[in-house]
Amino acid sequence: MAHHITDDLSIVIAGQAGQGIQSVAHLLTHILKLQGFHVFATAEYMSRVRGGINSTTIRISSEKRDAFRSTIDLFVSLDPRSFSFYKHRFNDKTMFLGFRDAEFCQDCVMEVNFISIAQSIGGTLYANTVAAGAILGLIGADEKHAREYLRNFFVKKGKDIITKNQEALSRGFKMGAHFAFSHDVHVAMKTKEAVKDDLFMSGIDAVGFGALAAGVDFCVAYPMSPSTGLLTFLAQNSKECGAVVEQATDEIEAVNMALGASYAGARSIVTTSGGGFDLMCEAVSLAGMIETPITFHIGQRPGPATGLPTHTGQEDLNLVLHAGHGEFMRAIFAPGTPMQAYAVTAHALDIADKYQIPTFVLTDQYFVDALYKVEKNDFVEQNNVKHIIETTRDYKRYALTENGVSERGVPGFGDGLVCVDGDEHDETGRITEDTRGIHMHMAEKRLFKRRALLEEVMLLPEVITQKTTTGRSKKSGKKLIVCWGSTRNTVVEAVSEAGNQDMTVVHFVQLFPLDKKKIKKIFAKAEKVIVVENNATGQFAHLLTQECDIAIDKTILKWNGEPFNVEELVEQIKKM
Amino acid sequence: MIGSAHIKNNFTVPQSVECQWCPGCGNFPILQTIKNVLQEKNLAPQDVTFVSGVGQAAKLPQYINCNYFNGLHGRALPVATGVKIANPTQTVIVTSGDGDVYGEGGNHLIHAIRRNPDITVIVHNNMIYGLTKGQASPTTEEGTVTPTQPYGVIDMPINPIALAISLDAPFVARASVGDPQKMQAIIAQAIDHKGFSLVDLFQPCVVFNKINTYQWFKEHTYYMEDDRDVTDRVDAFRRATETDRLPLGVFYAHAKRKTFEERVDFYKKDQRPMYLRGSNCVLRSALVASQK
Ligand SMILES: Cc1ncc(C[n+]2csc(CCOP(=O)(O)OP(=O)(O)O)c2C)c(N)n1
Ligand code: SF4
Repeated sequence: MAHHITDDLSIVIAGQAGQGIQSVAHLLTHILKLQGFHVFATAEYMSRVRGGINSTTIRISSEKRDAFRSTIDLFVSLDPRSFSFYKHRFNDKTMFLGFRDAEFCQDCVMEVNFISIAQSIGGTLYANTVAAGAILGLIGADEKHAREYLRNFFVKKGKDIITKNQEALSRGFKMGAHFAFSHDVHVAMKTKEAVKDDLFMSGIDAVGFGALAAGVDFCVAYPMSPSTGLLTFLAQNSKECGAVVEQATDEIEAVNMALGASYAGARSIVTTSGGGFDLMCEAVSLAGMIETPITFHIGQRPGPATGLPTHTGQEDLNLVLHAGHGEFMRAIFAPGTPMQAYAVTAHALDIADKYQIPTFVLTDQYFVDALYKVEKNDFVEQNNVKHIIETTRDYKRYALTENGVSERGVPGFGDGLVCVDGDEHDETGRITEDTRGIHMHMAEKRLFKRRALLEEVMLLPEVITQKTTTGRSKKSGKKLIVCWGSTRNTVVEAVSEAGNQDMTVVHFVQLFPLDKKKIKKIFAKAEKVIVVENNATGQFAHLLTQECDIAIDKTILKWNGEPFNVEELVEQIKKM
Repeated sequence: MIGSAHIKNNFTVPQSVECQWCPGCGNFPILQTIKNVLQEKNLAPQDVTFVSGVGQAAKLPQYINCNYFNGLHGRALPVATGVKIANPTQTVIVTSGDGDVYGEGGNHLIHAIRRNPDITVIVHNNMIYGLTKGQASPTTEEGTVTPTQPYGVIDMPINPIALAISLDAPFVARASVGDPQKMQAIIAQAIDHKGFSLVDLFQPCVVFNKINTYQWFKEHTYYMEDDRDVTDRVDAFRRATETDRLPLGVFYAHAKRKTFEERVDFYKKDQRPMYLRGSNCVLRSALVASQK
């Protein structure tokens, strides 16, 4: 069967954990990007350090497409057991490279034992590079350039390592090219010069850059997948960027330490996942009471309890929305692209400081682990204001003001004293049990006034209309397909592929608070509202109805621990 | 009322504040002693931050003219660590109860000692839960009858002094409210000591603890010799395990470890607290660019 690929190619490289799947993915994505291809990658792995089957899906396309597709065009196996894990993603046209599995068609399989080839070069270590070479050969990439990349990549490891990797790459390349020839495979995708200068980053890197851009001073966290990446990222860059990054003993310690630091003038962030956040909830309530800024990054994974540790979902919105007892204000954000993650994390830190509330950035395993190609120029500098004042002798931490925000002083800066109390307090921060007077004012300040302020700076949902063939966007369609957070790109691509001309995507990056008036306007002309969510109950759909009085006609929900893929959404959308 | 009635010093709250402690409570001498120590050290109230959890003891910061963070039950130590890392120039003092620091916050005690921020932790050890009306705390004697332990406490009390020494805490001492002068000297020493300092204070709860009274503490304690070698950890540990009478004084003191604030890179070249630093990512653009 001939394969002429001009637009889109989805490659899955699978093998045992510890076999270096990530290295193949790294080499491939970087080499291909430097050759002008649009590249996007997602990782899937099991909660084990060795053994089990891991994979990376690499998508190469002629246009920028950052969404997860299920279909596998080329399956590269470093371990024969990997087949059974991905069977459901194969089709008649899938090509196979690597280990053979008797169950699959002989004709379309190029049997290559990457490991024995690697051994003949100098060790199983090189199997990755052989596989990367084979894929590049099959695609018809520039071999000379790829060898050059390896040289630079391994420059610190010495000549021997460079030479052997280059040999591994070339051996693989030959086999790949041979496969292409014998199976009539042509990959003729448009490449773009400008792509070479683009950057690569994972979703979590983007969150990290956002935190740095906002001038984060302190990050403290207890490791939990898939949120740990932020702790690692900031730790790796802490020295250069001037931040203290500390691994706490548990989540309770982490969040209280972060609050202590914020109180004393730091810009603090904590990162965790649902299970860890459970432990932090009491401190969310404290943050609300003492009006001390703090930002939470929560990498969602399916629960309850330890759930599916390495899989994905959007199940924790309700938790974050209701975390902590009592009534106070908060803001919740969920980015759908790396640029949104960058901007919104910086915004979340700033809003936390400015309004003295807890803020939340919700991501998920799919988003944090995905590798995106982004344009460098999108990284605009953030304007960092500390929102801290020098106090005077008569300073009152909780002075009642018109808009509900009391100026924030910090200990030691100025002549005033800064007293914060988790008990109900008066304007000076001293404990009170006055239910007739000050408590009502304080409660109002913490809740209603903050809400009004937050609505003023509300990030409105992005309304994404379909492009006409001339590239101009059409008027909004009558069917609104609503999504939030990480599902954005997949929904956008699926809508465009489904070809429902009357459908418009509405993507929410701010989930709470919602400005009823403004949002109702967006939904005013909708004939049908469909909400897409990576959970079983439609948590955001409920919130939208509850907060904005919007009737939801349909939900498209998925809760098996996997992200949505374009194909399944196309199918569902066509039915709408 | 607390305020004008007390001996005037910089740490006396200028306005009068309603006090929630019972008359005769051991918390009063602690409050006065702490104020005396701060005054004696010539500290400005702006430069001192108190951190506490929840309980009667934890209300102490309300009655002192300083910065304070009165947070959640058991969580004072992480908060204090956070304050210190954000601003090492502050004198940070935790003053809270035995239930708060040894019970609800027990895990934090262990790990705060490991991290070793330069903070002073003063535990009002009344061997009972005061605020919740007389239940057993982690330091209540076995056999003590309480409303929730009507047949007597069946668990063994913890020994905070031995625990801290076993973790190699830099400063471990015990004092008794019955002797304010000695208490003052020990608290002063604890604040001066660089690194994590623990002062376990015997504090009579005159309402709910009818066993460990002023009299009882007098009869069941003695002072360790002044010329003891306080850096001798084995001896300190041996002393800590004595049960009757209970030793008072400094058990253990050393300066073997740098503090948390000293160890982080952040303050190596620039000692300014976090709130004074500008937007801090000098190399951010380069970092972004390195993502190629
Ligand atoms: C999370 C939480 N659990 C329980 C309580 C109720 N509570 C308040 S104070 C206290 C015990 C305080 O004991 P201790 O620290 O010995 O202080 P004391 O009142 O004896 O000075 C408890 C259990 C609380 N406030 N928060
Ligand atoms: S209950 Fe006990 S500890 Fe609390 S104030 Fe009264 S005497 Fe003091």
